[in-house]
Amino acid sequence: MRFDYDTSYRDGKRLLRYPSQKLAYALLALVLLAAPWVLPKYYVGELTYLFILSIASLGLMVLSGYTGQVSLGHSAFLAVGAYAHAWFLSQGLPFGASILLAMAASALVGLALGLPAIRVSGLYLAMVTLAFAILIEHVLGRWKSVTGGFNGLPVADPVLLGMDLSGLKSFYFLCLACLVIVLVLLVNLMRGKTGRAFVGVRDSEAAAASLGIWVAGHKVLAFVISAAVTGFAGALMAHHVRHLTPEGFSLLLSLELVLMVTIGGLGSLRGAVLGAFLIGMVPALISQIKPMLGDRIAKQFGLEIFIFGLILAVFVLFEPKGLNGRWLKIKAFFETFPLYRKDVFRRGKTYMKSERYR
Amino acid sequence: MAPELVANLQLLLNGMATGAIYALVALGLVITYKATEVLNFAHGDVLMASAFVAWALIVEMALPFWLAALLTASFAAVLAWQIDARVMRRIVGQPQFAGVMLTIAVAFMLRGLVSMVFGPESRSYPTPWTQQSTQIGTLVISDLSLVILAAALILTVMIYVFLTRTALGVSIQAASQNQLAAYLSGIRVKQVTSLVWALAGAISGICGLLLAPIALVDISLWIVVLKALAALVLGGFGSIPGAILGGLLLGVIEQFAGVYLPDGSKDVTAYVVLIATLVLWPRGLLGEAHGRRV
Repeated sequence: MRFDYDTSYRDGKRLLRYPSQKLAYALLALVLLAAPWVLPKYYVGELTYLFILSIASLGLMVLSGYTGQVSLGHSAFLAVGAYAHAWFLSQGLPFGASILLAMAASALVGLALGLPAIRVSGLYLAMVTLAFAILIEHVLGRWKSVTGGFNGLPVADPVLLGMDLSGLKSFYFLCLACLVIVLVLLVNLMRGKTGRAFVGVRDSEAAAASLGIWVAGHKVLAFVISAAVTGFAGALMAHHVRHLTPEGFSLLLSLELVLMVTIGGLGSLRGAVLGAFLIGMVPALISQIKPMLGDRIAKQFGLEIFIFGLILAVFVLFEPKGLNGRWLKIKAFFETFPLYRKDVFRRGKTYMKSERYR
Repeated sequence: MAPELVANLQLLLNGMATGAIYALVALGLVITYKATEVLNFAHGDVLMASAFVAWALIVEMALPFWLAALLTASFAAVLAWQIDARVMRRIVGQPQFAGVMLTIAVAFMLRGLVSMVFGPESRSYPTPWTQQSTQIGTLVISDLSLVILAAALILTVMIYVFLTRTALGVSIQAASQNQLAAYLSGIRVKQVTSLVWALAGAISGICGLLLAPIALVDISLWIVVLKALAALVLGGFGSIPGAILGGLLLGVIEQFAGVYLPDGSKDVTAYVVLIATLVLWPRGLLGEAHGRRV
């Protein structure tokens, strides 16, 4: 067991409180910094993609995990970010300005969706966002003058302060830096006043309102922040795929993002990153194990989606708190070593309470 | 009759024919939603799987159509029953989001399994009504559409009578309003719930059987569930007559949008209708009032 013994007010606010945490994160940083020189090229590219997915998943986590607003249409914001970035770059804007404008564009779309969406919640919001994503996909296919339609839109190389960042290693570090920046900003936002208000809105709107939290405002704010972060990820993704097509931002991508936050564990930023890594690695893992499966199964293209479904079902049924919840349980097991009991995290028996008459 | 009027009437008829499919799919969705509070995203995939099974029965095994139809409906009913009894039952009482995620998971697995078993090629099979049409005055409608329309109306009336006039139907309603109270008054909640799933499954099986000759037997057949969602919302979420009305109306709106609005708007009409209805008029046509008790 660990007992907190604070000797100054600042102790309670530190992000990394214990030497063990500092050591763990230092090791992680070292591994990530050394990775491009140690790993084969293919895996460096995959890691870069996982970083981008993590940023997108963090964006969705702010909305779904912290504010309790389910969105089944976050690929729309990825698409807006990616297309806006590519378009601004093609108009000759520098990389930094373009990526900020792309975030702003995505945030504006988030505002446009978030303002009417405060009228609906739960299942209805899920349906609205789902329909919105499909709508955006069609708009991208039709608005040929800007998006290039189904022929696609080529993306210029990222050039920051005169340095070409399109190389494998430099793009890896760009994405890593972006992920760290987003993560640090969100960690601080989520443990601050705004984040607490988000959680309050998620757990009980009535209680939050009676504590003086502006519920509608925070819902919209969560939408805007989430859209901006996801749009940022979209802009980076534009460089990763190099050629944007509407099919790249289909409904499946939205659902994959939802998978990431659910499997990672709703309400935790660590979960968002873990979930993005797990789901992002599935296609690569499948292509690795395919030679072992024999021709009959390996040739089937339905295998990937089946495994996505299986993973999701297993998590919803057996570990609803996700990877983060599992991590906390393992940690609790070792911290309280001989005293850990299974019932510590036991789920109670419940009956369905109708959400219709609430 | 003036030619424009005839053209518009023909559009109306075509729209209602398409809308009948949406209505049937929405009907299956709404009875599961009413009974278990789960919005079944796997509904479209049960439909898609049944279409493939129907193809296998009719083309591969050369069974007569009616026998194949019966077998397909039973297959879908058993499949849906198993989904509820083995999977969905484990998360009763958890937040609605868990139900949404679990049905999406089931949908993915079904989609993967079907494409692994049957392969990705699209195919079609004959029905007794293929290539035949009926003439009403100057209007023409294909027989298959008439059958779908009739099936939608008959099934709705049957389900409506079943839910309001029989003991089992009333116990389904009771279980949907308050599981614990229903359980305490002697209703076997688990079996009632599974029964509703089986019923919805059978409906989607019939739907898949009738839809496939129009739209080809294909993995992407599940998309119809998204259109059905729009129909459901338009008609008023959680209302059985609303699902039928919304479905028919949505079909008609789509047809007219395809003709009178710019090119390509037909594909997105359903989604625009969904968003607009939920944001501006969440009750829909025949929906229950959404009171919120704190």
